Amino acid sequence: MDRDTLISLYRQMLLIRVFEDRAAEMYAKAKIAGFLHLYNGQEAIAVGAVSALAPDDEIVVNYRDHGWALARGCTARAVMAELFGRATGTTGGRGGSMHLVDVKRHFWGGYAIVGGHLPLAVGLAVAAQYLKTGRVTLCSMGDGSTNIGTFHAALNWAKLWNVPIIFLVENNQYAMGTAYEVHSAVPMLTKAAGYDMYAEEVDGMDVLVVHEAVCRAAERARRGDGPVFLNAVTYRYRGHSMADPDVQRSKEEIAEWRRRDPITRFADEVLLKRELATPEELAAIRKSVEAEVEDAIEFADNSPEPPLESLYDYIYMQPVSHMQISGSLIRPPKLGGRVSPNGKHH
Amino acid sequence: MPEITYREALKRALREEMQRDPTVVIWGEDVVAYAGGGAYGVTAGLAKEFPGRVRDTPIAEEAIIGIGIGAAMGGLRTVCEIMTVNFTLVAWDQIVNHAAKQSHMFNGQIKVPMVIRTPNGHGRTAATHSQNFDAWFASIPSLKVVAPATPYDAKGLLKTAIRDDDPVVFLEHLQLYSTRGEVPDEEYLIPIGEADYKRRGKDVTIVTWGRMTVESLKAARILAEEGIEVEIVDLRTLRPLDLSLALESVRKTNRMIVVEEGWRTGGLGAEIAASVQEVAFNYLDAPIARVAGLEVPMPYAKNLERATLPFAEDVVAAVRAMMQNQY
Ligand SMILES: Cc1ncc(C[n+]2csc(CCOP(=O)(O)OP(=O)(O)O)c2C)c(N)n1
Ligand SMILES: [Mg+2]
Repeated sequence: MDRDTLISLYRQMLLIRVFEDRAAEMYAKAKIAGFLHLYNGQEAIAVGAVSALAPDDEIVVNYRDHGWALARGCTARAVMAELFGRATGTTGGRGGSMHLVDVKRHFWGGYAIVGGHLPLAVGLAVAAQYLKTGRVTLCSMGDGSTNIGTFHAALNWAKLWNVPIIFLVENNQYAMGTAYEVHSAVPMLTKAAGYDMYAEEVDGMDVLVVHEAVCRAAERARRGDGPVFLNAVTYRYRGHSMADPDVQRSKEEIAEWRRRDPITRFADEVLLKRELATPEELAAIRKSVEAEVEDAIEFADNSPEPPLESLYDYIYMQPVSHMQISGSLIRPPKLGGRVSPNGKHH
Repeated sequence: MPEITYREALKRALREEMQRDPTVVIWGEDVVAYAGGGAYGVTAGLAKEFPGRVRDTPIAEEAIIGIGIGAAMGGLRTVCEIMTVNFTLVAWDQIVNHAAKQSHMFNGQIKVPMVIRTPNGHGRTAATHSQNFDAWFASIPSLKVVAPATPYDAKGLLKTAIRDDDPVVFLEHLQLYSTRGEVPDEEYLIPIGEADYKRRGKDVTIVTWGRMTVESLKAARILAEEGIEVEIVDLRTLRPLDLSLALESVRKTNRMIVVEEGWRTGGLGAEIAASVQEVAFNYLDAPIARVAGLEVPMPYAKNLERATLPFAEDVVAAVRAMMQNQY
């Protein structure tokens, strides 16, 4: 990997970290509402994985998705505006934090029903196989989603049809407040072994390790050797979401994991040690990242709310032209009118 | 015009659409090997005609539908068969939280051109295997829900559903598979969201769909002998709901009965009756009445099953009562 790429990995991880810290501030200021799941601690996974994929490989993730969106190239502006619920956000304020998306970049979205997106990801991989696009699908998930039915149904089917997919567990060892030992009967890799699936355990706190593992996995999947399962061991520094008082994990445990921080470790052990960057250069990167996030906040704050008239847009991609009247689509008076115009469509 | 069965009409629709578009695929439990293709024979022979495009799947409804959604997102047109509607319950998260959310929640970036084919029905199969969830499906924004009553409608609507860019729940019926009706050899499509008069009459408007359209037609023949002419509006599509014919008809007959197979409470009949009276209250000479399934888990015993479900005789009784001002 050349110097520019390594510097870019560093910058991306730092962007995610700073973005999340500022998002937490904005949540405290009530600029952001609902559930806000932050990615602090797990940055090496999204950045390492995305950098290992082709730009048209498909990515499907869960609701802890800001890092993925940023790593895939969504602008900090679009992501922050989405958290603010504004028209300029990734879904124009429809989906919010948990449902970021950018299909142009083959980022198929954050999904907030635990385990619900696994079949979707397998379906994307089946389509790629059928259409011979050569694309690999990467599906990330939390450790907590490896017990629900869709997990097992998806792994079984992926193996059965030998589809080009990487199941990437971001094993931060907790599902909300429930520790791995409390929610899972067997070690993570045993679950993959149950479907005779090629699997690896990787240090999720090391961006280069993740990158290399996903490169190997993508190569396998792309050459037709079927699904790969990766267990990336990691840790989230903050509570499950901003609503979580985070009382069940010990201070010592959190401090222990923070000592293995993926960003400082990468800076110290790779960039500085190999003299790829000076401390001054790293400080300059931090400054530019902070400015980028500050700009995103200003952009989001100054962006308009989505127009009320857009409420019915895309209820259907193909509106029904013969509809005369339909109770479900009679518009409430505050939207100005009785019968829906059917909304915008392509 | 040649007469064919509802089952054959569906198969022809599948065949024609698969010939027309190589991205159309059929997945489901036992759609290939079992009994030559399909628990109820709809896909019989198609796997041979279209190698690699009709595939048996594991018994995992959440995966059949979820993977069908994902593949539709990725450029295929998936037709997923769920053996009976009872088993869709296993996959409701995929239907409601995924199929029905993609287009709107992701602001038009994702489309899901998928058809979920599944039959309603009964046949001495007791409580877990004799249910009707039409009203549930029809209450979900962003789904399209279709329930054809005749072979003609079944073929035309299935072809349209496969070409549609939105997820369509396509409700068939076990009791209709072997019914026969005229279907032309030439290609035709029936738009989603368009109701249809199945009989013209002046005395009472019956609004119905699916198997109850057939039962209502039987009832109409009995009532005609008594001099009562019912008008039958077959909704055909349950979401989005086209009430234009129901309203046009009730403005003429001034009486309406909604006939449905499912449970009365929270049924689609309640929604239709409420919507019609909101718009056409002044035209009504009687309260809008409902004929519906009785609210019990379906018993196995022959007489109890028969008593639980609505049939032509129940429609006849309701129409007579309405004509005698007993509502
Ligand atoms: C089916 C379902 N059940 C419960 C929830 C509520 N919930 C949201 S996230 C979560 C924990 C998931 O943990 P994990 O999969 O490990 O992901 P992490 O948050 O650690 O990234 C729970 C219980 C949900 N969203 N979906
Ligand atoms: Mg977790």
